[in-house]
Amino acid sequence: MSFFRRLAPALLAATILTGSFSTARADEQFFPLQSYRVGPYAAGGTGFFGGFIDYLTLINDRDGGVNGVKLTWAEGETEYEVEKGVEVYQRLKSTPGIAAWNPLSVGIAYAMIDGVTEDRVPLLTVNHGRTDTTDGRVFPYVFPLLLNPYSESSGIVNYIASKEGGAEGLKGKKIVVLYHGSPYGKETIPIYELLAEKFGFELVQIEVPHPGSEQQAQWLQIRRERPDYVVLRGWGVMNPVALTTAQRNGFPVDRIIGNVWSNSEEDALPAGDAAIGYTAITTQASGQEYPVLKEIISGVYDQGKGNLADKNRIGSVYHNLGIVNGILNVEAIRIAQAKFGNRTLTGDEVRWGFEHLQLSPERVKELGAEGLFHSINVTWDNHEGEGYVTFQQWDGKKWNVVSDWIAPDWALLRPIIEASSEAYAREKGIAIRTAADVDTVIGPN
Amino acid sequence: MDWFEFLFAVEVAVGGLLSGVMYALVAIGFVLIYKTSGVLNFAQGAMVLFAALTFVSLVEREVPFALALVVTLVIMGLLGLAIERTVLRPLANRSPMTLFMATLGLAWVIEGGAQLIWGTQVHALDLGISNAPFEIGGIYISNFDLVAAAIALALVIVLTSFFRFTRTGLSFRAVADDTFAAIAIGLRLNRIQAAVWTAAGVVALVAGLLWGARLGVQFSLSLVVLKALPVLVLGGFDSIAGAIVAGLLIGASEKLAEVYIGPFVGGGIEGWFAYVVALAVLLIRPQGLFGHKITERF
Repeated sequence: MSFFRRLAPALLAATILTGSFSTARADEQFFPLQSYRVGPYAAGGTGFFGGFIDYLTLINDRDGGVNGVKLTWAEGETEYEVEKGVEVYQRLKSTPGIAAWNPLSVGIAYAMIDGVTEDRVPLLTVNHGRTDTTDGRVFPYVFPLLLNPYSESSGIVNYIASKEGGAEGLKGKKIVVLYHGSPYGKETIPIYELLAEKFGFELVQIEVPHPGSEQQAQWLQIRRERPDYVVLRGWGVMNPVALTTAQRNGFPVDRIIGNVWSNSEEDALPAGDAAIGYTAITTQASGQEYPVLKEIISGVYDQGKGNLADKNRIGSVYHNLGIVNGILNVEAIRIAQAKFGNRTLTGDEVRWGFEHLQLSPERVKELGAEGLFHSINVTWDNHEGEGYVTFQQWDGKKWNVVSDWIAPDWALLRPIIEASSEAYAREKGIAIRTAADVDTVIGPN
Repeated sequence: MDWFEFLFAVEVAVGGLLSGVMYALVAIGFVLIYKTSGVLNFAQGAMVLFAALTFVSLVEREVPFALALVVTLVIMGLLGLAIERTVLRPLANRSPMTLFMATLGLAWVIEGGAQLIWGTQVHALDLGISNAPFEIGGIYISNFDLVAAAIALALVIVLTSFFRFTRTGLSFRAVADDTFAAIAIGLRLNRIQAAVWTAAGVVALVAGLLWGARLGVQFSLSLVVLKALPVLVLGGFDSIAGAIVAGLLIGASEKLAEVYIGPFVGGGIEGWFAYVVALAVLLIRPQGLFGHKITERF
C-alpha cells in the first residue's frame, strides 16, 4: 500500500504531462501546485504540500468548498529546481480559475515575479521569499505572508534579548550568524548588521558553502570567537550537520537558535542527541492538539483521503505550515467572495482578498487554529501581515513551545524594505501604487 | 603566532585530516571500479545513498542491527550483479565516455528507485559511536572521527592486500591492465566485473553508514561524490592508497584555506578550493599523485 501511495504523485505528474487533469470549471477555484515530492528537499515538500492539500480537502468535504465554490488543484513535480518550477508555471498558468501560486521555493518565486504580475495572479511565499515584496506599493501580486527574512532576524534577536533580561542585556554580547552560502542565506547579512548596531552586540557572520555537509572549519572559527549565541540560518542537510559539528566542537546546543528553515523535525532528528535542547523560531506551532488538526484527522485521514503517506507526520512542522498556508489561501478567497460574489474569482480579485486578509486571534480561534498561529494583518501596502513568532525546543522526539508569541520590530525594518523596493521600482520602471489603486480590480470577462 | 593561535592552526589541520578520511571513503568506491574496468562510476554516490537508506529502513522496521547489515550487504551485492548484467555487459567494449554516461543515468535510476522504495523522509542513523569530543593538549577530537578513520584505514589495508596478494585481486589487476590479454589467458571478465561491482557496493555501504550517521540518511548523501571527485583527481583514479593520501591533503588544505584565506574573500571557499588544488595537480601531473602513467603507442 505504502509503495503505491508513494507512486501516486508520480502518476499524478504523468497525468498532468499528458494534459488530462481536470481544470477549474464554473464554481471551482484552482490551485496549481509546484510541489517537490522527490529530490533533496522532498521531506519538506511532502509535508508542506501534504498539509495544504489536506486543508483544501477538509474545506471541500466539510463545507462543500468555500461558499459552494469547490477547490481544485493539480501538482507538477519541480524537485525544488527553478527551471522545473518555471516549466510547471508555464504549463499551468492558462488554467481557468487560478486562485494563487504557492511554490515554497525562493528561487522559483523569484523567477515568477514578473510573470504573475503580468498575469495578475497572487504569488504566495509564506515565511520566505524576497523581503522587499512585503511592500505592496511595488509588488501588488507577491505576498511573503506571516514572516519575511528581515522580520525573522528581528524576531530571533528579540528572543535572545528576552533571554538576556531585555534589550539592554544584548550590549556587549557576541552573536555568530552561520548562514547558508546562497542568496537565501545571504539575504539577512545587512539586517543583522543593523540590529547589531541598534542593540550594541558584537556580530560575526560566517558562510557555509552549499550544501553544508562539512562544517568543521566554520565551527572551529566559532569556537575561537567564543560567542554567546549562534544563529543558524540553514537549509536542508546543513542543519543537522551544524548541530553534530557543534557537539563535536563542544559548543552548547541550547545556545544555538535556528531560523525558520532550520526548524523542522527533518532538521533536528538526524542530529540525534546533538539536537536535544536546540531552539528554533516558528510562525506555527507543531502538534495535533489544535481543533483544525483534529478535524483533518477525523474528516480527512480517517476517511482515507489524507495526503501524507506516513500518518506519524501529521502535525509536524512542515505539515502544519501547509495547513496554515491553506487557511490563509481559503480565507483570502472567502474575503474576496464577500466583495465580488460567491463564484470563481479572477486572480486579481483573489489579490484583493489577500490585501484584506486580516485574521484576528478571535477569528483564528473560530477557524480552529488558536495556538497553531497567532494572527495576520495584511494590508494593501504591507503584504507580510505582521505575523508573530514563537520559539520551540527539540526534546529528542518532538518540538515544545518555549516562548510567548513575539512581535518582530516592524517599524525598524520598514524603511529598509521601502528603500529596497523603491530601488527595484526605479530599476524596473514600475509606478508606485497608492491606496486608490487597490480597488481597481480586473474581474471576469 | 602565539601558542593559542598555533594550537588553533593545528586543530584546523587535524579536523581537516579527519574530514579528508571521510572523503577518501567515498573515493575508494570510485577507485575500485576504475581500477578494474576503466569506468568512472558516477553512480557511486547514489549507491552510498541506496545502501544507507536500505540499512536504516530495515532497522526502523525492527530488523536487528546485525541482520540488517547482512541483508543490506546481500542487497548491495545483488545490485552490483544487476548493474553488471543489465548495463555493463551489454555495453562491453564501448568507449569510456559511453560507459561514463551509462553510470550517470544509473545514478538517477538508483536515486529515484531508492526514494520510490524507501520514501523521501529523512532518517537518523545511530551507529552507537559517540560524537562527543575529547581533549588532547587543548585540541578537541571527536570519537566518531577517530573510529571513521580507523575503519577507512582498515578498508585500505584489506583492499590493498586483496589486490596484491590474492588470486582474484591479481585477476582484477590483469583485466585492468589489458582486458584482451586477460581474456586470452582465460580470465572470466564477466565474473570479475560482477565481483568488483559487488565490492563497490560493500564500500558504498561502509561509506553510507558513516556519512549517514553524520548527515542523517537523506538524499544529500548522494552529493558526497562532490567531495570525492577532487580527491580522485589528486590521488589518481586507480590508486587506493592515493585516495586516502589525497583525502587527507584535500581535507586539511580546504579547512586551512577556509579559515586563513576565507575571511579575505568573503568566506565559504572550501567547497571550490578543493577543486583548485585538484586542478593545480592536474596541470602538473595529469595522472594524479599516485596514478599510473599510461603511455600509448600508435
